[in-house]
Amino acid sequence: MKIGKTASTRINRLIVYIALILGSIIFILPFVWLVRSSFMELGQIFILPPEWIPKPFRWQNYPEALKAAPFFTYFLNTLKILIFNEAGVILTAITCAYSFSRLRWPGRDLVFAVLLTSMMLPYAVTLIPTFILWKILGGLNTFYPLTVPAWFGGGMFYVFLLRQFFFSIPYELDEAAYMDGANPLKVLWSIVVPLSKPAIITVAIFNFIGVWNDLLGPIIYLSDPDKYTLAIGLSVFRSMYTAQWHYLMAASVVVLLPVIIVFFIGQRYFIQGITLTGLKG
Amino acid sequence: MTKSKSLSNEAKWGIVLALPAILGFLIWTLGPMVASFILSFTDWNVVSTPHFIGIENFRKMFMEDFIFKKSIYATLYYTLGSVLSTVIFAFLIALLLNQKIKGLPIFRTIFYLPSITPAIASAMLWIWLFNPDFGLLNQLLGRFGIPRLQWIYDEKQVIPSLIFMSIWGMGGTMIIFLAGLQGIPQEFYEAVDMDGGNWWHKFRYITIPMMTPTIFFNLVMAIIGTFQVFTSAYIMTSGGPNYASMFYVYYIYLSAFRYGDMGYACALAVILFFIILSFTLVVFRSSPYWVYYESARRR
Repeated sequence: MKIGKTASTRINRLIVYIALILGSIIFILPFVWLVRSSFMELGQIFILPPEWIPKPFRWQNYPEALKAAPFFTYFLNTLKILIFNEAGVILTAITCAYSFSRLRWPGRDLVFAVLLTSMMLPYAVTLIPTFILWKILGGLNTFYPLTVPAWFGGGMFYVFLLRQFFFSIPYELDEAAYMDGANPLKVLWSIVVPLSKPAIITVAIFNFIGVWNDLLGPIIYLSDPDKYTLAIGLSVFRSMYTAQWHYLMAASVVVLLPVIIVFFIGQRYFIQGITLTGLKG
Repeated sequence: MTKSKSLSNEAKWGIVLALPAILGFLIWTLGPMVASFILSFTDWNVVSTPHFIGIENFRKMFMEDFIFKKSIYATLYYTLGSVLSTVIFAFLIALLLNQKIKGLPIFRTIFYLPSITPAIASAMLWIWLFNPDFGLLNQLLGRFGIPRLQWIYDEKQVIPSLIFMSIWGMGGTMIIFLAGLQGIPQEFYEAVDMDGGNWWHKFRYITIPMMTPTIFFNLVMAIIGTFQVFTSAYIMTSGGPNYASMFYVYYIYLSAFRYGDMGYACALAVILFFIILSFTLVVFRSSPYWVYYESARRR
């Protein structure tokens, strides 16, 4: 009986591993296909049945693809948007989350609940009037529509995430600082922020990926090719080089790579952050 | 005396520090939303002055616009297929990953990475994978003797193809499931062991009930997100073939920014708002029947 049980658990474990490894191969295959295509000669790409090892190994695809369109300009534009966006999100999401979690004021929780409904709102509903507003303000074809809204709390998702985290910091720390005559801003800066680094990094990474991957915003607001971001630049590149799969895949790898690097640097925080949002939802 | 003074001081700080989010809600959410509702009753096309035309936009939408019907069908079909298969698949993988296996971080990363791949990059990659002549998918099918498919280039196959592609991006949902599974106290399972229960009892009477809040959360977020799919239509299919993948938000985009019909696009957006609202309400209303909340542990 005892032996039978361990044997069956062993078979179960084997099945679990086989399923996971098979699943992993299926999930990783598109990436392998992407990278292998990006190093091939165009001729080899069209050989049937497909070959997996690039021969010759054409790393020149990368510089050639990047030179075929002003990708460096696209990169700089994306970076500019990213910096101003991140600064706004981090600064204002922190102050708002702090106010909603550790300062008492009349109507606070009601206001928070109302603001939270914006997370459920389809963005398409606000899209057109927001566009019109920017048109009136003369913000079309500038980076303002893609950066300024970040300075208004940076989206309730981030405020919510930080607020959850701030709740876990003991309030006695704040009280001690108030005894010493500190004001709320000082408490935020010297107590809450240093203890919340993981949550703040999580927000920064989430927002990085959001801005980097955004396509609809740049499409609507940026019309001048000098202003294009990487995402929109890549989509334009695609319409110019329809069947040049080696170049298209090389350019895609370039757009993908920073996201992967940031993910691996911040992986620990990242997984924690998703966990935090999901569990308390 | 001093207490109440310091309290009002705290309140002042509180309101000032929360001001960005409050103003942001008014300027970027509530204001535009109200404007959308108002504009949906006009014929505004950016150039001319808007006229109030009553419910004409909505009448046209339901009575004359066959693309609207196609886009409703395509979006519902895609949302239903994608949400169900993504949630089920993510739950299965999370269950496997929760079996105290070796190499968890590696597996987790592999299943998670596709979900943070920039939509534009994964769209490019999948166009290439779906390529009927040289794409990987048809080559693999050929190896098993299955005739090649047209994937996104066929009216009937385009939505199933995009659903298939969306499963590849299920990583975020999976991570939330995994966190939920890891939060289930081990003693509950041990209690089942004591009573002589097997894995099915554990799954049916511990795992499923304990996971219903997480399933609920993932379901709501997946419905809201999937309904607003845009990039795959914009980059991969242009809404085709024969409008079979004319996703709703893409149609709003075309109406507003290609055809310049802002009033009509706002009317479309208003309908989208009510569709998503009713779907979310149905899930919320149904939740007392299947979502299990541990009232003692909440607060």
